[in-house]
Amino acid sequence: MCLAIPAKVLSVDGIAAVVSIEGVEYTASLLMLDNVVAGDYIMLHAGFAIQKVDAEEAEETLRLLQEETDNRPGI
Amino acid sequence: MKYIDEYRKKELILSISQKIQKRSVKDIVLMEVCGGHTMAIQRFGLRSLLPSSIRLISGPGCPVCVSSQQFLDQAMAYARQPDVILTTYGDLIRVPGSVTSLEKERAAGRDVRIVYSVLESLDIARQNPDKKVVFLGIGFETTAPATAAAIVQARERNLGNFFVLSAHKVMPPVMKALLDEGVKIDGFIAPGHVSAITGTSIYNDLAEKYKLGVVVSGFEPADMMQAVLMLTEQLEANSPKVEVQYNRVVHIEGNKMAQHLLNEVFVAADDVWRGLGMIPESGLKISPKFADFDATKHFNVPVEPSTEPKGCICGQILRGNKTPVDCKLFAKACTPDHPVGACMVSGEGTCASYYKYRD
Repeated sequence: MCLAIPAKVLSVDGIAAVVSIEGVEYTASLLMLDNVVAGDYIMLHAGFAIQKVDAEEAEETLRLLQEETDNRPGI
Repeated sequence: MKYIDEYRKKELILSISQKIQKRSVKDIVLMEVCGGHTMAIQRFGLRSLLPSSIRLISGPGCPVCVSSQQFLDQAMAYARQPDVILTTYGDLIRVPGSVTSLEKERAAGRDVRIVYSVLESLDIARQNPDKKVVFLGIGFETTAPATAAAIVQARERNLGNFFVLSAHKVMPPVMKALLDEGVKIDGFIAPGHVSAITGTSIYNDLAEKYKLGVVVSGFEPADMMQAVLMLTEQLEANSPKVEVQYNRVVHIEGNKMAQHLLNEVFVAADDVWRGLGMIPESGLKISPKFADFDATKHFNVPVEPSTEPKGCICGQILRGNKTPVDCKLFAKACTPDHPVGACMVSGEGTCASYYKYRD
């Protein structure tokens, strides 16, 4: 029920955005998220953008996970 | 898919698994509160990647599963009114009430419609000015702001025929209620999308007062394994605290706009959870300021006395005390096609999830 899916913002028009998930377009309400621009990724939940996906943090999480893989002999 | 595939890489998941195996000494019990996490654990077989010292148990985070029989019976009573169009998220439609379900009511000719977003209910209300549209508001802090936004929109557009029956609930009181009841947990895998709205301060009590580890986790297998690793490290070092694994979506302060909507439209109220009973301040009722949109204020319809399904142990499962395989009905009298209790209905219910991914 609390599922949310990362979606790429294609365009923004006032309080709604057109977003894409694997090439399929959906409307995302922006009633609870502002400063959204085309190119952003947002989490789509029940027709609403609930939060942006932070690209830098996503990289950082992956880097940490990768480090865990690389450091295996030292554990 | 970007932000999903990267977190499903097998070698990554296996390497975190190895690290957990090496770090884990103590026997610990971790509860995943969110139904989405329950599904991911079953779907990706994460239990098989953990040492026997780490036990994962499922909590009460499936809104459909915890919706009370009274709420459902009230919804059916509204559906039977000739001038009502009832709108609901799809999950709820098959849940058995005391005597019927919304699906059966629909088959009997009542106007019950499934919506993906609450905003569709506003459209239906606009298109049917001679009808009353009642939206069944279920869900936690992730979903409740959407209902709040719809109510604010309805007021701005002077929609007089849109109503909400709110069974929205909040997470912290039920987490504490389980602990106060004596359920033994060492740490919580905390719900990622609830936390995206609320921020992380709602868990501070759990770490400080109850001395539990809390890690807010994403929903992909590498996310969840990393969350288990973080909890293992906290608990092995005897330093339980609140941490965020799901940094790409969850910020400490949460989503302020959504919080504002929640505070504007709802007030905290005592609420009944299926199997768990009444939990103080665990529900969200529509505030008097928006009473015009509160279905309970507008309708006065007779509701049958509620009865719980016989033999169903959904309540024990929601407490983490039992698993679906402990239930005599599981996979026999109770299946997704013929559910007896709510935990088998919702795709993210513990029983439905165990059923789908059983050996």
